[in-house]
Amino acid sequence: MATAKTYDPELLKAERQRRANMRRLKGLGLHAILISLLFVMLYPVIWMVFSALRPEAEIFGGMGFIPTNWTLENFVRGWNLYGDLTFTRFYINSFIICAFAIVGNLLACSMAAYAFARLEFRGKWVLFAIMLGTMMLPIHVQLIPQYIFFLNIGWVNTILPLVVPKFLAHDAFFIFLMVQFMRSLPAELEQAAVVDGASYWQRYWRIILPLSMPALATTAVFTFINTYNDFFSQLIYLTDTNRMTVPVALRLFLDPTSGSSSFGGLFAMVLVSIGPVLGFFLASQRLLTKGIATQGFK
Amino acid sequence: MASVTLQNLTKSYAGGALKAVDGVSLDIEDGEFLVLVGPSGCGKSTALRMIAGLEEITDGAVWIGDEFVNDVHPKDRDIAMVFQSYALYPHMSVYNNIAFPLQIAKMPKSEIDTRVQEAARVLELEAYLKRRPGQLSGGQRQRVAMGRAIVRKPAVFLMDEPLSNLDAKLRVQMRAEIASLQHRLGVTTIYVTHDQVEAMTMGHRVALLKDGTLQQVDTPSNIYNKPRNTFVAAFIGSPTMNMYWATLEGKADALALKMGGHTLMLPVQGRYAELGDYSGKRLIVGIRPEDISDAAGDPDGKPENCISAAVELVEALGSDVIVHLGIDAQAAEVRSSDSLDEIKSSAGKARCVARFTAKSDVRLGQTVTVRLDTERMHFFDEGTGLTILG
Repeated sequence: MATAKTYDPELLKAERQRRANMRRLKGLGLHAILISLLFVMLYPVIWMVFSALRPEAEIFGGMGFIPTNWTLENFVRGWNLYGDLTFTRFYINSFIICAFAIVGNLLACSMAAYAFARLEFRGKWVLFAIMLGTMMLPIHVQLIPQYIFFLNIGWVNTILPLVVPKFLAHDAFFIFLMVQFMRSLPAELEQAAVVDGASYWQRYWRIILPLSMPALATTAVFTFINTYNDFFSQLIYLTDTNRMTVPVALRLFLDPTSGSSSFGGLFAMVLVSIGPVLGFFLASQRLLTKGIATQGFK
Repeated sequence: MASVTLQNLTKSYAGGALKAVDGVSLDIEDGEFLVLVGPSGCGKSTALRMIAGLEEITDGAVWIGDEFVNDVHPKDRDIAMVFQSYALYPHMSVYNNIAFPLQIAKMPKSEIDTRVQEAARVLELEAYLKRRPGQLSGGQRQRVAMGRAIVRKPAVFLMDEPLSNLDAKLRVQMRAEIASLQHRLGVTTIYVTHDQVEAMTMGHRVALLKDGTLQQVDTPSNIYNKPRNTFVAAFIGSPTMNMYWATLEGKADALALKMGGHTLMLPVQGRYAELGDYSGKRLIVGIRPEDISDAAGDPDGKPENCISAAVELVEALGSDVIVHLGIDAQAAEVRSSDSLDEIKSSAGKARCVARFTAKSDVRLGQTVTVRLDTERMHFFDEGTGLTILG
C-alpha cells in the first residue's frame, strides 16, 4: 500500500544544523585530548628549549616555565666551551664519520644484497640465514671482542672502527632491506641486460643499483640518523678530545666530579645538534616513505 | 644472419619427471621468420629461452649458424631478444635504452649515435629519444624494445610474445610492422606467441607445440589446410574445426560417410583416393566453419551433401555470421594430439559452428539446411589422431 511521503525543508535544515554542531563539538573534544597528550610528550623538549634560552642561573632556579630574561649566551658559551676547540670540530668529525658510513653501507650492503637477491651460488641460503641471525645478536655480545680486536690492530682512537665495517656490509638490516627490494625488480630487466652483453658488475651498477634508489635512500637516511646519534661506539673508540663527535662532546658539559656542569651550554648544544637529523629527515621524508612502502614494511 | 638448428632439444625439471620441452628438432633457415605457437604451458617460451641461453639445456643441442652454442654465454650468441614485458630500463632515456647494448660492447660514441639514430628513424622514434619509457605509450615502448634489438644487427632475433601487452587494434598494427621490419632486415627470427592469428599472418613457417613436443612445422597455409593431427586441426582456426565420429562405407564409385544420422557422399578420386582403405572403419571427420554454408543462399547447389540443423546461437560479426548449430552426430573433442572425447550439446545433438555470409538471415530457433563442402573435409585416424590424407 502506498504511503504519503512528506518533505519539510525547514525540518531537514534544522536536523542538518544539529548534526553539524554535534560533529564540531566532538572534533573540539578530540583535539583538546590530542593536544594535551602532545604537550605531555613534548614537555621535556619545550623545557629544554626554554632552558637554553634563559640565563644559566635561572635553569634550576624555579623561576617559572617561560624565561623572564631571554638570552643567547648559552649558545655562544656552549659552542666555544673548549676555547680553540669549538663545536665546529665536533660537527666536522660527526659528518666525516656519517659520510663514510653512508657511502660504505650503500656500496657494500647493495653488493651483498645483489648477490643474495640475484646470483646463484653454493651455500647462498645458509649464508643468508647466518646474515639474518647476526641481526638478533645484541651489540653487548660483540662489544668486548671487537674492542680487543681493534685495540690490537691499533685502530682505537681513530675513526676506522666506526667506518671500515660499513664497507664490509656490516649492517645486516640494510642488506635484508635491499634484498627484499631487489627481489621485487622484474627478472626480465636483468635477463635483457644479460642478452645485451652486460657483465655481473654492469648489471649491478647500471641496472639494479639505479632502480634500487628508494631502498638506497632509506639506507642512507637511516645510516645517517643511526651514525649521527651513535653515542656508545663513538665514546669507546674515540678518546682524544679533538676527534670527538657531537654526541660524545655533549657529555663533556657534565662534570660530576668537580660539580662544574654547564647545563645552559648543554641544552643549547643539544638543541643545535637536533638540527642536522631533523633537516636530513625532513629533506628525505618523501624518499624514505617510498622506500619503506616498497619494502612492504608500511 | 644465421640459421638456427635445434637437435632433440629437451628441458626437464624434477630430475626428468617434468618435461617442459621434449625432444624438439627444428631447422630454421637463414633469414626465415619462424613462429613458435601453442597453448599456455606448451614449452614455447622455454624453448626460446634455451636458444637465448637464459635457460639451461637438459639435453639436445642448439646451433646458431655453424656454432654449437649450448655452453656459449647469451652475449656471445649474436642474438637479440624482445621480451613480453619489453624489459626497458625505466631509469634510462629511449636513446640510452637503444644504445645500451652498444655501450656495453664499448663501441665508439659516434658509431653508437649513428646506429641509434638509424634505428630510431626506422621505427619512427626520433621524437621520443629523450623520453623515459614511462612517458611512452604501449606501442612506442614496443618499438623501443625492437630498436634495442635491431641496433645490434644480430644474427638472430628472438621474440617472446612481444605483442601480448598491447590492445587489439595496436596489436594488428604492430604485427604488420614487425613482419615488414623482418622482411626488410632479413634477420632470422624466432617469434613465440599463443595467438594463432599472429602465427598465421607473420611467419614464413609455423611450429606448433603441445606439451613440449612439436606437432607440426609447416607454412601457415599447410598448417591450416593440411593439419597433421587432430590437435593441430583444432588449435589453428577460429572458430575451431568441427570434429565428429564417422564411419566410411564403400560404394562402387563413391564412399559414403555415415556421420550420426546423416550420410554424405565422397568422391574416391583425387585427394580422397587413400580413403578407400578406411572403408568400413570408424574415423574422425573434421570440417571448418567456412566449409559449411547456408543452403538457402545457394539453391542451385548439390542436394546430396545437405543436412538439417537447429540454430542454437547466432553471432553477427558484420563481415560474416557465426552460427552455432545442433546436428545429429557424435562430436569429438580434442583433449590432446591423440586423445579424443565424445561430447554432446545440451540439446542431445552435437554442436556445429558454421560461418555464413553476412547476407544470411538465419534466426535463433530456426531449423536450417546447411551444405557441407565434402571436398574440403579432413579425416583423422581414430586411434592415433593423425591425418589419413597425408
